[in-house]
Amino acid sequence: MTLSPLARFLTRYLALAYVLVLVIVPVGLILLRTFTPGVGAFFASISTPAAISALQLSLLVVAIVVPLNVAFGVPTALLLARKRFRGKSILQAVVDLPFAVSPVVVGVALILLWGSAGILGFVENDFGFKIIFGLPGIVLASIFVTVPFVIREVEPVLHELGTDQEQAAATLGATWWQTFWRITLPSIRWGLTYGVVLTVARTLGEYGAVLMVSSNLPGTSQTLTLLVSDRYSRGAEYGAYALSTLLMMVAVLVLVAQAVLESRRGRAREE
Amino acid sequence: MTAAADTDIRAVASVRRAGSTPALVGAASIWLSVIVLLPLAAIVVQSGKGGWSAFRTAVTSGAALESFRVTLLAAVGVTVVNAFFGLLVAWVLTRDQFVGKRVIDAVIDLPFALPTIVASLVMLALYGPGSPVKLHLQHTKWGIGVALLFVTLPFVVRTVQPVLLELDRETEEAAASLGATNSVIFTRVVLPALLPALLTGAGLAFSRAIGEFGSVVLIGGAIPGETEVSSQWIRTLIENDDRTGAAAISIVLLAVSFVVLFVLRVVGSRAAKREEQQE
Amino acid sequence: MSAKFTASPRRWRTAATIAVTASVLAACGGGASDVAGSGDGKADTTLTLVAYAVPEPGWSKIVPAFAETPEGKGVAVTTSYGASGDQSRAVVDGKPADIVNFSVEPDVTRLVKAGKVSPEWNTDATVGIPFGSVVSLVVRKGNPKNIKDWDDLLAPGVEVVTPSPLSSGSAKWNLLAPYASKSNGGQNQQAGLDFVTALVNDHVKTRPGSGREATDVFLQGSGDVLISYENEAINIERMGAEKGDVAVEHVNPPQTFKIENPVAVVTASSHLDKAIALKNFLYTPQGQKIWAQAGFRPVDPAVAADFAKDFPAPQKLWTIADLGGWGAVDTALFDKDNGSITTIYKKATG
Repeated sequence: MTLSPLARFLTRYLALAYVLVLVIVPVGLILLRTFTPGVGAFFASISTPAAISALQLSLLVVAIVVPLNVAFGVPTALLLARKRFRGKSILQAVVDLPFAVSPVVVGVALILLWGSAGILGFVENDFGFKIIFGLPGIVLASIFVTVPFVIREVEPVLHELGTDQEQAAATLGATWWQTFWRITLPSIRWGLTYGVVLTVARTLGEYGAVLMVSSNLPGTSQTLTLLVSDRYSRGAEYGAYALSTLLMMVAVLVLVAQAVLESRRGRAREE
Repeated sequence: MTAAADTDIRAVASVRRAGSTPALVGAASIWLSVIVLLPLAAIVVQSGKGGWSAFRTAVTSGAALESFRVTLLAAVGVTVVNAFFGLLVAWVLTRDQFVGKRVIDAVIDLPFALPTIVASLVMLALYGPGSPVKLHLQHTKWGIGVALLFVTLPFVVRTVQPVLLELDRETEEAAASLGATNSVIFTRVVLPALLPALLTGAGLAFSRAIGEFGSVVLIGGAIPGETEVSSQWIRTLIENDDRTGAAAISIVLLAVSFVVLFVLRVVGSRAAKREEQQE
Repeated sequence: MSAKFTASPRRWRTAATIAVTASVLAACGGGASDVAGSGDGKADTTLTLVAYAVPEPGWSKIVPAFAETPEGKGVAVTTSYGASGDQSRAVVDGKPADIVNFSVEPDVTRLVKAGKVSPEWNTDATVGIPFGSVVSLVVRKGNPKNIKDWDDLLAPGVEVVTPSPLSSGSAKWNLLAPYASKSNGGQNQQAGLDFVTALVNDHVKTRPGSGREATDVFLQGSGDVLISYENEAINIERMGAEKGDVAVEHVNPPQTFKIENPVAVVTASSHLDKAIALKNFLYTPQGQKIWAQAGFRPVDPAVAADFAKDFPAPQKLWTIADLGGWGAVDTALFDKDNGSITTIYKKATG
């Protein structure tokens, strides 16, 4: 349908105004508040010992979460895309479950399961292995919320590609590992990378669940998001804005990566 | 047996060995169980401790009911607003051409990629005490509304956009050539085709809104009956060591989320089937 | 396609750069300090202090002063502030702590019961209390509603901000003060409870989790009166003076309550000697002076005499001993399920 010039004008500017007021103006305001005292103040604020520890912790969590999600996610995606079995729709639903769970509920669930008074509390009480108030708690919370990403990005790619190439390789005598490494993995590389990028972004940005399972001690168990919250509640507003800007830059990098990968995926599909 | 048949059998066998279904199912199930199902099961178990009466007390307490009211009101309001504006934005991004369209398209995903606590600060910068436009929405329902609008915007836009792109313009052009006005074309041709995606996006937005914590925690102020959402009440309960209460309220939130997503999926697939039948 | 993935030199180079950057970042010095330019946070010993919500003005001066003493050389302190009850429960559940500073004694008793603190923590001359305060009323600048005493809180239309006794220690002191005044030291329990009922039912609209959160809620514009520690009132006024905008003033009612904040060492601490040294430092004249300068009432009589003009004596100062001690009071009034005051509070705010 072709809109009259007036209708086109109205729809365009109403939509733009909405996006401007809702997203662009507030984000711009944060950037303004961060850089008005100068770039030096920004760098000083994001390089305090507590900030560096927070960055190290966040990156450590990412370094654990991503390989686990890839190692378990790719086979799960293979399963869902290629095989038929009883209970497949249940598995599909479980993979999507984390999207419907509030971060606070994730925290509560982990506390009720792994806490010292929890169902599996013997792990902490008898083996001295702290999950809640320790690194494993933060890792488990991050994996919970990122489970769907790799699986959901790789599965449709596998589905579309079909098994022709793999079967051809098998008839030529390749072992299953060679087939996987040389044929399957390269064919899903853009979908996989996209899923990894989403996983990294979500892990760095997780707040509600981590707030509940971490002991929130500066320099030891504060992630970047926890430090932002800590700075704000202490009244160190500029510090909160500066760290938020850093996280926003990471988010922008993620968006850029997404755009690049989209176009690569499109090109790969055409090949 | 011929040599070729031998190779074929070996090939099929090696492929089967490679991705042997039971092993994969087992591995995937264990992974998903430990990470996703077990923690959720712990909530179910805890909410049952103390029996039905304890569950009912926790779920019908004054603070719980107030928090449900605030949460649902905010979530429904925000879903409706973003369903409208999300559709509008998706329309403009697919059907219109203007300078900077690519930038706007990229910006839409920003709320999705941003940490929720940063979103809260972002909202507070514009609507909090230091607001440059003197809009003080902190501690009000409007403040919560604006924060939720921010984080749920991408859901509707991103589910409707691909469908809008793939839409077959022929039906629209046919209707136009038969003399139908734009509003008729939109309501009779375009909207029904978009309905499944719109409902999916709305469902995702609603689901996100009722569970949202990080982005409302700073701008809301947790005023009972005014701005305290259920996720904040759950957090208060678990910190006060009322584990059964926290588990009970969590179950309610999860149930609402699942029911809404399920209903919308059913309605959406029925609408999609109707569309297919009409073609 | 497969050759491109595995053998591309550019891809390996990108991966290598990322790995190198990551390891450089990992090697960079981190630490607990969040002050810009404080450099490498390397200390010989790091103690973890888990405290209630408001003593930061004191600890932020105590810690560097302690580090300059011979016993405190090379000691850094990681601090965690939050609602007293929540922090206490967290330590029981496994939150790391070497030394704890809570708002009320029951929060330390909980740790004794869990085996984390020695039962003898308060049996020496110090009784485990290095500083305290009194319950004070914080009002808007100019005291527009003319709040002078407890009865003024019950005037129609007055909104009172006080935290939840289920999580906050401050809340307990805040409600004990009017309770003790109205019940004449617990002799007329019903009168005391009636006052608390009227106060909580009709005048309390928010439910902040801690003393500090109550302050934030009040400063952001909610309510007419904030019941809080005198030291928190002093802190708010000082911070306002720094910004050039003091929006509040505080009033000590004629009858108020003596606040005593305990400090105890966690027995399972791996730096027990340093933790004990830090605790002892709090009682030295130098330590006591630092607390007094931060707005907290010191327990050392000599130091208290020096700062007498900063800490006016109220007409009647009720103490927890007058009500029978924390053991009796916490069970009767603040028990999670059956405490009289907790029941009133839960019924009013859900």
